[in-house]
Amino acid sequence: MASITKTFPDKAQAASPPPASKRRTSSLRPSAGWSWRLGATLIALCVAAPIGALIWMALGGSLEHWQHLGQHVLPSALRNTAALLLGVGVLVACLGTGSAWLVTAYDFPTRRVLLWALLLPLAVPTYIVAFAYLDILHPLGPVQGLIRDVLGYDSPRQFRLPDLRALPGAIFLLGFVLYPYVYLSTRVMFATQAASLLEAGRILGQTRRGVFLRVALPLARPAIAVGVSLALLETLNDIGASEFLGVQTLTVSVYTTWITRSDLAGAAQIALAMVAIVVMLILLERHGRRHQRYANTQRMRPVQPERLSGARAALVMALCWFPIVIGFVAPALYLLGETIKHFETTGGVSAQLLQSGYNTVSIALLATLITVAAALVVTWAVRSAHTAKTRFMKLCSRVATVGYALPGTVLAIGMLLPIIGLDNALAWLMRPFTDTPPGLLLMGSTAALVGAYVIRFLAISVGSLESGLDRIPRSLEQASRLLGESPAGTLRRVHLPLLRPALGAAALLIFVDTMKELPATLLLRPVNFETLATWLYAEAARGTYEEGAVAALAIVVVGLLPVILLARHQLKSGH
Amino acid sequence: MAEILQLEAVTLAYDTPQGRQGVVENLSLGLERGHIGCLLGASGCGKTTVLRAIAGFEPLRAGRIVLDGTVLSTVEFELEPEHRGVGMMFQDYALFPHLTVEKNIGFGLRRLDKAERARRVNDLLHLVGLEGTGRRYPHELSGGQQQRVALARALAPQPDLLLLDEPFSNLDIDTRERLAFEVRDILKATQHTALLVTHNQAEAFAIADRIGVMQKGVIAQWDTPYGLHHAPASTFVADFIRREALMAQRAQAYLRGEEAG
Amino acid sequence: MRAPRFEFLPLFRSVVVASLAACAGNAVADVTVYTTREPGLIQPILEQFTKDTGIKANTVLVKDGLLERVKAEGDKSPADVLMTVDIGNLIDLVQAGVTQPIESKVLNETIPANLRGTDGHWYSLSLRDRVAYVSTEVDVTELTYESLADPKWKGKFCTRSGQHPYNTGLIAAFIAHNGVEATEQWLRGLKANLGRKPTGGDRDVARDILGGICDVGIANAYYVGRMKNAEPGSDARKWGEAIRVVRPTFASDSSKGTHVNISGAAVARHAPNRNQAVKLLEYLVSEPAQALYANANYEYPVRAGVPLDPVVASFGTLVVDPLPLAEIAKHRKQASELVDKVGFDN
Repeated sequence: MASITKTFPDKAQAASPPPASKRRTSSLRPSAGWSWRLGATLIALCVAAPIGALIWMALGGSLEHWQHLGQHVLPSALRNTAALLLGVGVLVACLGTGSAWLVTAYDFPTRRVLLWALLLPLAVPTYIVAFAYLDILHPLGPVQGLIRDVLGYDSPRQFRLPDLRALPGAIFLLGFVLYPYVYLSTRVMFATQAASLLEAGRILGQTRRGVFLRVALPLARPAIAVGVSLALLETLNDIGASEFLGVQTLTVSVYTTWITRSDLAGAAQIALAMVAIVVMLILLERHGRRHQRYANTQRMRPVQPERLSGARAALVMALCWFPIVIGFVAPALYLLGETIKHFETTGGVSAQLLQSGYNTVSIALLATLITVAAALVVTWAVRSAHTAKTRFMKLCSRVATVGYALPGTVLAIGMLLPIIGLDNALAWLMRPFTDTPPGLLLMGSTAALVGAYVIRFLAISVGSLESGLDRIPRSLEQASRLLGESPAGTLRRVHLPLLRPALGAAALLIFVDTMKELPATLLLRPVNFETLATWLYAEAARGTYEEGAVAALAIVVVGLLPVILLARHQLKSGH
Repeated sequence: MAEILQLEAVTLAYDTPQGRQGVVENLSLGLERGHIGCLLGASGCGKTTVLRAIAGFEPLRAGRIVLDGTVLSTVEFELEPEHRGVGMMFQDYALFPHLTVEKNIGFGLRRLDKAERARRVNDLLHLVGLEGTGRRYPHELSGGQQQRVALARALAPQPDLLLLDEPFSNLDIDTRERLAFEVRDILKATQHTALLVTHNQAEAFAIADRIGVMQKGVIAQWDTPYGLHHAPASTFVADFIRREALMAQRAQAYLRGEEAG
Repeated sequence: MRAPRFEFLPLFRSVVVASLAACAGNAVADVTVYTTREPGLIQPILEQFTKDTGIKANTVLVKDGLLERVKAEGDKSPADVLMTVDIGNLIDLVQAGVTQPIESKVLNETIPANLRGTDGHWYSLSLRDRVAYVSTEVDVTELTYESLADPKWKGKFCTRSGQHPYNTGLIAAFIAHNGVEATEQWLRGLKANLGRKPTGGDRDVARDILGGICDVGIANAYYVGRMKNAEPGSDARKWGEAIRVVRPTFASDSSKGTHVNISGAAVARHAPNRNQAVKLLEYLVSEPAQALYANANYEYPVRAGVPLDPVVASFGTLVVDPLPLAEIAKHRKQASELVDKVGFDN
């Protein structure tokens, strides 16, 4: 055996403890790593501040003014919102669970494509689906025109379908574009958990349908709860679809109260009502998940789907493709058609559209960088905290992720007060240096907007990094430390390389979500700063649909990226 | 022969919402240079906590730990794990999945230049009998092979003490037995001092020169395998040792223990 | 039209660039205009102004937050003239104290008293009448605002959101004429007549009339000018050709005037070039400017006797509701609350 020379790093040679000035404590003990914890606490505070500000602002209104809101605005807004949530909830649960089951339990032509195609509507934001269908289903639009031709009518005055601009229309559109949330979670559950249960069910004499109702459905309840609550949070967040379709939801009321009536206190009050609903939704989701087991990480036997043929296969195929056609294919084709028409007539895009696109991309990049970095700070602080501090760090982590549940509108209003406060502080600080008042620095720049994006989407990166970190066993850290590597070095050499997929996924999701964001952007963007989404909104509001379609198409195309990512993940896991 | 590792009146405990829960109470032991010690006991007896304290991942409530003349831990002071000169083998191998076998073994050899590091890695691969696997990734190796890589990696920086945290529990019985003996041979050949923690008596008797039978945070007896068998200090020890049927390998270890005196 | 909506964005939005502001007002004989309207609309007018007077006009587009910006700029503000749409916005500027009163015989003689501030703080430059779009398939040539609530229009009436400033302006005028109670009844009647939810823009009224959803609607007249002058074969053109403009009057008022909103201007309180500002305002109500104004956006000129765009002329002569606009502005809040109370947008 070759002799192995000893070159271990030097150690202190003293037999007694080094003098106090040289004492250092292990970084796996509470007092070290304080900078990470400070960062995490600050981030959590930043996220919590808007809610505190909302309460503060809401208390600022006069009594009679409360009365007016409480009597005339809130009740109907609450009713509409509740009805919308209920309707969308039921619709997405049915569409999502049904399609997930059909592609899991049965085999039929195009099944493999459907596995990922059912996710496509995720690429279409709610305001774009409304924008598209207002045209598609208008009496002057292609669908009704076709129907009239078939039925032999000349004019819409002779025959007309009911108007889309109503609550049922909103429920329909939102349901068909948000069902993928439920599909995704239930599909994962069916594919990984159901195999042996299905077989046990079959052995016990249940038909496929019986197995679905008695075994699979109860099994999927936690997954359905998760998916539905995500879809409902999106519904609550939406401004474009509700407004275009004439449904006075809480979100719409916030806008009209603030923008049209400059009534900030009133808007804050309505926003608080929305926060209450969000809390209820989260509780509902937790309740639904209370019996959830953790997913089995061992290799799962895939479910053996039953082969279908003939009429049954055709029926199942149609059932599965239907939501995709409504939720993605129709709007996408419409947008494509309008874009082509636009290019044919004008031959290019306006400078404003290009500027909007540029703004959108640059702000999305900035927001993504900051959000991922902030998430790293938060998750690493939790990871490296020890015993007593861990609980506090976990709390910080939870608080930091609350932003995702907050509708963009609520967040934007909640941010106003802190930001103006900061602005005033900055102006006061700068007074000795400049002659002219600097105006509102933060409000006037994209800082407020980027801040809102970070708060809103921090949860995505925290979630991704958390689960990525969870997959890294503590023993790896310990091994690295014992091999002579410092905590920072361990982060760099061990964790970050292993986190690359999680970081990449998080960055992509945040980038796309930022590009699609509308409600907060409408309220917080600086003057004359348009993103693709706000520009599209303005075009739609003006009734000039043509160039708006180009922006919408751009958003949908970008929105396809995370869908592709998810799709690849689905296919790779072999189901 | 001097004791290279000394635990003096070590007390370890966890803080829970209900208050402090003691894990290890007033534990003392000494391990001589070149010896392989073992803490043997059922789960929950505190043996793993002692190991983690020596590694620097658990704070002391009382007592102190000294390694080769350097104080590693006292109640007020703790040396960072990366400066302790301690190596460790883990139950789940803890190999870095994104690095090759070579890079894993060379992980702690940052201070060496490339050529020196490559030579050292090769020596170690040879030592653990894994020549030619340098370019592979951990997931391409069997459990036994992975654990050998873990051994090589832990030994690479020439630690003063090697800790083994139930390193064979995740392996099947045949590999377990074989590897246990091989590890002992390697450690004896390289003259490393080691401390093993396990609940498996067969392993303890196969590897260790000194075994500490632990119960509820105290060492009931710290002795050679022979001593434990012939002169149990308490009925607990006697019952504990006698509880399993003597198997051939234990007879071997028993004999060897007798020979080593 | 949604764009003006952004003009009402609230208190706390303003732009950084003090330096930009500083640059704008430097030259001696210039005049700086802060406008919420697309600069392209009045650019030709301003160019003509420079040719005729030698005074250079700089425009700064402040799409939203005009008030906030001027306030924030304080006495260092380089703004001379503030231009915006909607009487509410203009009055807000006055009440916030960022305007100054001016005396001008030209302005007083050209602009009717009900269309300017009695204290000389604000002046209308063009009129935006809120009229009825009537389907060409319906034989109606005269209307009152009140009659639109008649059950005979049940299921045939379209308009945009009741909370939109264009509509609250009209409702405020109705309150001024008929009182709150009657207005509430009227709104309830309108709501019962709705053929579809009140959402979208004014142009959607024309579109939905063509689509058979409604026969009559309330919208601003200048869109019709735009639609009827659009590219032949385009959607906008088709919508325009499906409707006819009828200027409603107030049944309770013998003057038979139609409700108008305005685009207007004021001189900024700390205007560095006050005289030039006044000159610009006087120019904007002169014949050539008013003619250009009228053609730029198909709005109705405030000056009498100015040639109109043929499409606009086809609507007939505009008789403006003599009620002072300032009076109407007072009832805005009530109007908005009535919309809530009646649940018009629900």
